[in-house]
Amino acid sequence: MTTKTLRRTLLAAATLLALTVPTLAQAQATIKIAGLYELSGAGASAGTNFKNGVDMAVKEINAAGGILGKKLEHGISDTQTNPGVAKGLATKAVDDGAFAVFGPVFSGSIMVSMAETKRAEVPNFTGGEAAAITKQGNPYVFRTSFTQDTAMPKVARYIAGGLKAKTVAVMYVNNDFGKGGRDSITKALTDAGIKVVADISTDSGQIDFSAPVLKAKSANADALFVYTNEEESARALRELRKQGYNKPIVGETTLTGQKVIELAGDAANGAVAHVGLTVDAPNPLMLKFKANFYQNYKYISDHNGIKGYTGVYALKAAIEKAGKLDRVAVAKTLHGLSISAAKVPGVLMDLSFDNNGDLDRESFIVEVKAGKQEVKEVLPPLNRK
Amino acid sequence: MTDFLQLVFSGFATGGIYALAALGFTLLWQASGTINFAQGEFVMLPAFAMLGFAAFGAPLPVAFLLTCVVAVGVLGWAFKRGIADPLLRFGLMPIVVATIGLAIAARNGVRAGYSAEAHSFPSLFADKLFNIAGVTITLADLGTLAIALALVLGTQAFLGKTVTGRAMQAVAQNTESATVLGINVPRMVFYTFAINALLACAAALLVTPTYLAKFDMGESLGNKAFFAAIIGGFNNSRGALLGGVIVGVCENLAAAYISPAYKDAVALVIFMAVILFKPQGLLGRKVERKV
Amino acid sequence: MKNLRFGVLLAIGLLLLAVPPLLKNYGIYLFTTWLVFVIATMGLNLTIGYAGQKSLGHAAFFGIGAYTVAILMKAGFSWWFGLPVAMLGCFGIGLALGFPALRVQTIYLAFATLGFNTLVWLVMRNEEWLTGGTFGINNIARPALFGLPLTAALPYYYFVLGITVLLGALLWKLLHSPWGKAFTALRDNPIRAESLGIHIQAYTLLAFAIGAVYAGIAGALFASLVEFIEPAPFTVGASIMMYLMVVVGGAGYFFGPLLGSAVGVLLPEWLRFAQGWYLFVFGSAVVMLMLWLPDGLLSIPDRIRGRRRARDASAARAAAAAKIGA
Repeated sequence: MTTKTLRRTLLAAATLLALTVPTLAQAQATIKIAGLYELSGAGASAGTNFKNGVDMAVKEINAAGGILGKKLEHGISDTQTNPGVAKGLATKAVDDGAFAVFGPVFSGSIMVSMAETKRAEVPNFTGGEAAAITKQGNPYVFRTSFTQDTAMPKVARYIAGGLKAKTVAVMYVNNDFGKGGRDSITKALTDAGIKVVADISTDSGQIDFSAPVLKAKSANADALFVYTNEEESARALRELRKQGYNKPIVGETTLTGQKVIELAGDAANGAVAHVGLTVDAPNPLMLKFKANFYQNYKYISDHNGIKGYTGVYALKAAIEKAGKLDRVAVAKTLHGLSISAAKVPGVLMDLSFDNNGDLDRESFIVEVKAGKQEVKEVLPPLNRK
Repeated sequence: MTDFLQLVFSGFATGGIYALAALGFTLLWQASGTINFAQGEFVMLPAFAMLGFAAFGAPLPVAFLLTCVVAVGVLGWAFKRGIADPLLRFGLMPIVVATIGLAIAARNGVRAGYSAEAHSFPSLFADKLFNIAGVTITLADLGTLAIALALVLGTQAFLGKTVTGRAMQAVAQNTESATVLGINVPRMVFYTFAINALLACAAALLVTPTYLAKFDMGESLGNKAFFAAIIGGFNNSRGALLGGVIVGVCENLAAAYISPAYKDAVALVIFMAVILFKPQGLLGRKVERKV
Repeated sequence: MKNLRFGVLLAIGLLLLAVPPLLKNYGIYLFTTWLVFVIATMGLNLTIGYAGQKSLGHAAFFGIGAYTVAILMKAGFSWWFGLPVAMLGCFGIGLALGFPALRVQTIYLAFATLGFNTLVWLVMRNEEWLTGGTFGINNIARPALFGLPLTAALPYYYFVLGITVLLGALLWKLLHSPWGKAFTALRDNPIRAESLGIHIQAYTLLAFAIGAVYAGIAGALFASLVEFIEPAPFTVGASIMMYLMVVVGGAGYFFGPLLGSAVGVLLPEWLRFAQGWYLFVFGSAVVMLMLWLPDGLLSIPDRIRGRRRARDASAARAAAAAKIGA
């Protein structure tokens, strides 16, 4: 081999090497928060909101001096709403020495990536709502919103007591979020003595809802429960109005979110939902959050923004209670921790974690009136019946 | 029965939109052998362009006209000169890959540069509902179908009855003979690209109120456009309309009567059957293989 | 030229062998993913690069391989049992799909395979009792090799590397055999090949089916790599990415898949610094690449050679002309 060739090949190999070796970990002067967010793909809307919520909290905390004197460093990566990518990014976050991982939001992704954070014993806050997330025996996963198993009984209670419905048609999106919700609500409704007369599956990204709405109409149930992601909810609501559906439409946070109201316009009026988090809650801290978020990002946050924001403050509260930057100790502290909004305004509402990582909090029944969410009822936390 | 009619009618409306996207696709293939895997994005980009112009205060018709002009320039001329012309010499693969890359770039450029969220889009039609014999139809459904039909038939008429149109057809059928006859082939091909751009703008105007302007709206639309184009006939413009309607109606009927989870399968099965047994499409002409 | 090629091969070999132990888990994960896609695209390269068929449904076989192994492992069988079942399954389905599909013109084949891919994806998503639907199948174990566990990242990487080299060698032998010549004849001019007595049907079917088997093996390795599968990595979009990888690397070039997969898997990582824009840059890079090098990256040496030859030829012509003139 000539020296010229040797030099050329060594150069090529060196370049490839340089590009494939990730950067070394930085000094320990900051607390690393690794953010795994859906910034593209089906979860882009949710992921972007969650990221912004976390970001705003990080900025506020840093401006106030950080946690235990150290500033927070927020690393952002895009999972592309792909569980495989999320898993890889979780591995990378662990490699980079993250203190805590935030995200992914989508249940399908967190189910996979949390195996990595569990293995590395890194606290992992997620916005996912699927019930299965906290049933895996993972002591390092923590929710920032209700599990479907907590939320759905509340919905069922409203449908039975508030609407006095005897039969319900269930429309859901054919992904892990939708199917998990469908399973939970079906069980909750049956427990409440209500019969589920129609089980209508729709696709993620579905455009034409004439067939599902037709099925809902012909099922002739007393009420319709819709559990799809935001854009699809908007399309469903429009089709329901178009076909003149006149029975109560009930849903969860994704049915009456700000985005849905914007996209569905008039068709959203009258929809009722059980909402774990809403920027329109009659709560001065929440309204302040709404205003700050709008000022920073120029649009109104959805529930995912609140999840991200409150999650960071929950972590802060736990670190300060534990007194040291020890992941295992902080995770232990979080289990069974109750945080009051009076002491930690950042959590916006009192919340408590149980030993599985589930959280308990007030929630709301909202109705969309004239393009805005109006809180009809405030429901107390489950275990404070 | 009214349910069935309801589904069929909704399917017609959606199908009209698929037909518009499919038509442009078919024309490009006929005139220049370009397979445009970014066809869906060609509808997405004008949709966002119109939103952009509207944000600057332009009313919808003005925004539409401005977008048409920009589209002819960018999606027509620039696309042809920049990508199609240099690559067509090398066979089909490079252009397929280049348009795939273009689709990825367009989708993610909009996502990063504008927004990852869905945006509402003003509808051309007022929000009126008609109830005919138990079937609910919106003014938008009727209007979309009418306009799509008009555009398809109009394009067909243009291609068949005007001199320019026939010159374009000649170029599509046999480029060498067309050159010999004195037809300005590059210009004719450019007209095809321009028409495709205009049809895409029209499709954007009609479809975005329902689809909602989102960076990935082009993906599924592009897929359906392929199926529609193939089913109807890759070398026949009316085939695009037939194909689009078949896809739209079948989806709805399948969702209601067979299984919502497999609704895409019906269009697929028809598509595969057409490919395997009548590859030129339901209305297409058989194409001889050159040795 | 031979020295350069040897040098590059050596560099690549060094890279593949010596670099991973220096990397942390994520880096090893990336390298292993790269190799898995190299195997898959080797198969696709056979189909489109050497046999000249246009397949846009390769991810379907990738998925069939992955799900076969995952389902069998969930049922209690070992990965080593699942692998041959996956291979046979892909071969059989490849033949079954190829038989009617290859009778149509090439561009229609592309769409037929696209349709097939979507159908397979639909089944994967809907048949929850079999595939776990959108929830997928979680906690897929990694195989053990002669009793040695391969659960850690580095051992699994070397295992995949070994399989890649083995499959590459097999492909090399195939391409340099009479069959390989037949495949190339098919690509260049199928009708003339037929007139020479080559049974197109059989050979295209074979190329298609073998390509499918490679994808199936890659799928089986993928399932154990990510330890979780769901329908998303097996959509038409994934097929298109694989097609992109083959073409960018250079269809019909033996090492095309190696380079193309690097572009497809590693390049987005390198571009991560661009934050939200990296996929945009990736897409634009693909367009630029096609405009500059429509035959793929590995056509660079050929182009240089061609240009040099043309230059020499015109120099020779000029010299000859001068001589005649004089």
